[in-house]
Amino acid sequence: MAFIADTLLQLLAGVPMTLELTAISVSAGAILAGVLALLTRLGGPASWIARGYIFVFRGSPLLVQIFLIYYGLGQFPAVRQSLFWPFLRQPWWCALLALSLNTAAYGAEVIRGGLLAVPKGQIEAGRVCGMSTFTLYRRVILPLALRQALPAYGNEVIIMVKSTSLASVITLMEVTGIAKGIISETFRALPVFACAAAIYLAINFTIAGAVRLLERRLGVAS
Amino acid sequence: MTALAPLGFGPEGWGAALLLATGMTLAVSVCAFFAGLVFGTMGAAAKLSGGPVLRSVAGAYTTILRGIPDLLVIYLFYFGGSAAMTQIATWLGGSGFFGLNGFMVGVLAVGIVSGAYQTEVLRGAYSAIPRGEIEAARVAGMGPALMLRRITGPLALRTALPGMGNVWQMVLKESALISVTGLVDLMRQTEVAAGSTRLPFLFYATAACLYLVLTTISATLFRGAERSTRRGMARA
Repeated sequence: MAFIADTLLQLLAGVPMTLELTAISVSAGAILAGVLALLTRLGGPASWIARGYIFVFRGSPLLVQIFLIYYGLGQFPAVRQSLFWPFLRQPWWCALLALSLNTAAYGAEVIRGGLLAVPKGQIEAGRVCGMSTFTLYRRVILPLALRQALPAYGNEVIIMVKSTSLASVITLMEVTGIAKGIISETFRALPVFACAAAIYLAINFTIAGAVRLLERRLGVAS
Repeated sequence: MTALAPLGFGPEGWGAALLLATGMTLAVSVCAFFAGLVFGTMGAAAKLSGGPVLRSVAGAYTTILRGIPDLLVIYLFYFGGSAAMTQIATWLGGSGFFGLNGFMVGVLAVGIVSGAYQTEVLRGAYSAIPRGEIEAARVAGMGPALMLRRITGPLALRTALPGMGNVWQMVLKESALISVTGLVDLMRQTEVAAGSTRLPFLFYATAACLYLVLTTISATLFRGAERSTRRGMARA
């Protein structure tokens, strides 16, 4: 029992890093996702680039992307001498970059689905009212699309909480990293696993609850 | 061409090793996918026709396994599996340390995680079968096995295929995590090659391309399978 309490305390120390990685990468990723989703609607080269980006980041494992950024970029002297090197040689920034770029690709698909679900009539009505494309997006299309995309985006956030565990592979000590350390010291895999699992479940239940609350708040005219 | 020489198939190149490792990734993914199909079938059966106890066990299984990182599950099986094996060996009179091999750890861990997703896919597909079809089969005097083979199985498969395709894609990408156990899959082989040639970007980019090839080919195959299960249906 003392071991479990002790383990839980040690693991809780990793929670802030797990949450920070999630929050920052989801926020940065959401902005990029929105841009990508809009680009796919433009047609022409811009949409090919966006589609290519989404294809590459959704089709390859996140672990490969993390290693490509953390180990791969240092191969080029140009990168090592650049302004960004102080950031790119730190695992923290590399993990953030990889997670953000990865979630942006999945998020773009979610938002794209939301945009496709906006009823044609709403868009036509907006046009008839004399709205410019910008106003139409701001007042009609985006609010409807984002409300539509919210449940699926909630799932993406939960997937990101789980994905932050991969940061432990490049030495970051978030919850999974600490758990692995304790397991390999004590070889008591099951209790440590149970503690870490409880922490992740608590985080994910909270997020799922918050998303449901937000969905209800943004519900259609109740 | 010299820049790509390390990827070649000669004695200095890593091409053959990478292709072999891609085969390992494929093998471990296929085994994990089918393990997941077994877990998923049991989970879906428990959720659909189990008693209150079985149903809540299946509910806990899908909720927990879908809410925690796969890496954690892999560590549990990697370290926990070895500890359990050593314990069993000691009981049987052996001594020393026994490890589970990486392949088995990977198949079990990724299989159990994907089984949780598979449960939901199969349960949804079964629930989507029109009641009338099942009643008609029963009236025609079919037993449960015959009904599964002739009626419910094919009908459920048609609805389940897109979801199963998604689970397969997930399994293929998660299989990269098994490299932490030391199993020489594509990911692990790439790490070795990147380390010994000091060309990490080249090799990780190559690995990403190989994974893309695998995901693209399998997506095409699944689309073909979906078309073939729908061939009798009216096109929307």
